[in-house]
Amino acid sequence: MTGPSRPSRPSGAQGRGSLEQLLAAKEIVICCGAGGVGKTTIAAAAATMASLSLGGSVLVLTVDPARRLADALGLEALGNVETRVPVDALKKAGVEPRGELWAAMLDTKKSWDELVRRHAPDALTARRILENPLYQNVSGRFVQSHEYIAMERLYELHRSGRYDLIVVDTPPTRNAIDFLAAPERMADFFSSRLLRMLTGPARSRVINLATRPFYQAADRILGSQFLEDIAEFFLLFQTMYPGFVERARSVEHLLHDRRTTFLVVTTLEAAPVREAEFFLSALADQRFHAGALVLNKVLPEYLLDPAAARTAERLSAEASAAAEALDKAGPPEAVARVLREVAESFLNFQVVAKREAELRTEMAPAAEVVASVPSFDTDIFDVSGLVRLGRAFWS
Amino acid sequence: MTTPLLDRRLLFVTGKGGTGKTSVTAALAFLGAQKGRKVLACEVDAKGDLADFFEASKVGFRPREVQPRLFAMSMSTEESLQEYLRLQLHLPFVARIGPLARAFDFVATAAPGVREILTVGKLVYEARERHYDLVVADASASGHVVGQLVAPKAIDDLVRVGPVHNQTGWMLDILGDSAVTGLVIVTTPEEMPVNETIELVGRVRAETNVDVAAIVVNRVLPELFSHSDEEVFERLREPELAAVVAGVAGGPVEAVFEAARLAVTLRRTRAGHLDRLRDAVGSDVPLLFLPYLFARGHGLRTTAQSAEALSAELGY
Repeated sequence: MTGPSRPSRPSGAQGRGSLEQLLAAKEIVICCGAGGVGKTTIAAAAATMASLSLGGSVLVLTVDPARRLADALGLEALGNVETRVPVDALKKAGVEPRGELWAAMLDTKKSWDELVRRHAPDALTARRILENPLYQNVSGRFVQSHEYIAMERLYELHRSGRYDLIVVDTPPTRNAIDFLAAPERMADFFSSRLLRMLTGPARSRVINLATRPFYQAADRILGSQFLEDIAEFFLLFQTMYPGFVERARSVEHLLHDRRTTFLVVTTLEAAPVREAEFFLSALADQRFHAGALVLNKVLPEYLLDPAAARTAERLSAEASAAAEALDKAGPPEAVARVLREVAESFLNFQVVAKREAELRTEMAPAAEVVASVPSFDTDIFDVSGLVRLGRAFWS
Repeated sequence: MTTPLLDRRLLFVTGKGGTGKTSVTAALAFLGAQKGRKVLACEVDAKGDLADFFEASKVGFRPREVQPRLFAMSMSTEESLQEYLRLQLHLPFVARIGPLARAFDFVATAAPGVREILTVGKLVYEARERHYDLVVADASASGHVVGQLVAPKAIDDLVRVGPVHNQTGWMLDILGDSAVTGLVIVTTPEEMPVNETIELVGRVRAETNVDVAAIVVNRVLPELFSHSDEEVFERLREPELAAVVAGVAGGPVEAVFEAARLAVTLRRTRAGHLDRLRDAVGSDVPLLFLPYLFARGHGLRTTAQSAEALSAELGY
């Protein structure tokens, strides 16, 4: 599994390939990772770099971008429609794009509505589903619906043939496996015996001996009106079953295709690392392609320098003596205090930098490409920022 | 007069992913127990991390004492349902009805708020029954917590009759009582988490009746220099003096100076975000600051350190 060992570098690509090489050969890149690790920004930066250096039409499908990033990509108020990032925005950032950069936001509610219209047997059924209060709740709130719909929309966009590469930013998902299993779960949902059972009474009003206790208990807990609402909703939804299941299977097939790869994003904090490791092993178990691991916001390499650490230790110990020779800088007590602060701060940061370096080594074998992105002073909200960040991990 | 944080009985801890929600939950629970309260810490998302902060093995639905007076549990909606059916509806054998158990998962997936109310309901129940002095929940991240907190109201609207309807009433009372219940939002002093916190405070105030009890600002970098000390630092970085420093230290100083520069810059950009946060949420919500911990990892030791810092911030 592992390649030849190389000295670890804190930024840029490591291991057996580069992101540039990986993305040049793929049509779909799905970015995943814990919330708060900078997944959206990494997805946007990867798409930007692909449009700059690989050419072709590149689309970034994003879920919940920060306002200013959305503005930078020209996404304001455009919702579910793909829009081209203006060439001027790229030129202003000092780059000459070889290809086209497109961006789209995922609007869960609208995507669900489109899906219902597509799969409902007729316009009347579609309208009844769309107007059902339970449907409103399912499409808006139900966490798995976000996951499924992101994959569904990806499938649709890929099939349109308009893009050479699609980079997808996934919803921040609590449990990574839910998202991978989303198409399969949706298919199960529609084909399950329980669905038939729930919708049974509305159809026949004959409750058999086996299911009677279930209805009695459910009635007692939830009230029969609510239960009937549920039954009606499922009955309507069931009309979409054949188209839907077929579609879910196609989506799943696409995710397993060689043209699709996954990019796991994480920072080197304990909790996101655990999520990333879990995700990498889930990808392996389910035979998805773990193309890249991107380590975001890593501390700079100079913090690992052992010579600098020795300097810091001596400065801390000899601060008062050193201050005597540095009276040009200020009063000796102040100089000594500053030297001690500086030294201690370095040693503190080194503890964290060493932990990060070790985590990087431990995680590297799990993905084909491992790339690190340095911690920038400010958050990134414009195209030039995306380019700056992208260059740090691209080749 | 607002009720002090640890004098409430039910705290929901939320925040943007990656801000340290679980470690703050652990620190609050640890501090509560140190101050003599019997505490229940509950992990809602069941990622299995909470126990790590107490160096304990993984906890389940049944609370286990992991530190003196501190009990930990992990939420399970299925077990919560079974407990509910047994205690509230006196349906002891219902779990044995095969279809019900499976149908539950199904209904909970499709019907709004069922899963959420079993989570929130269990926590509110524990607070009401006073099995513990303080219940601290590591709740869902900011994107989903509002959905959890409004679940009793949503159910109340959908289910018009029956025992479920009757029980949402007292839940809403407890959640809306700021002497009992509070929401704690965890953030870091960075742009995105601060934006999300401001947005969440707005949503919580508009959509729920739950009181925002505190905002915990986690991972605050230390202020290295006073204003005059920073001038000294800038002079030391000039080539002539830097060479003297290198001579005394007997080694290169560029990296050491660069690291200090980084710490100062990070601290400064972050201070701006905190000013924005303060302006946006108003002065009635206390901001509690927790220092960045330069540690090898997280465990009981860092939990105790965070608890100590919280204790100072709360004025104990």
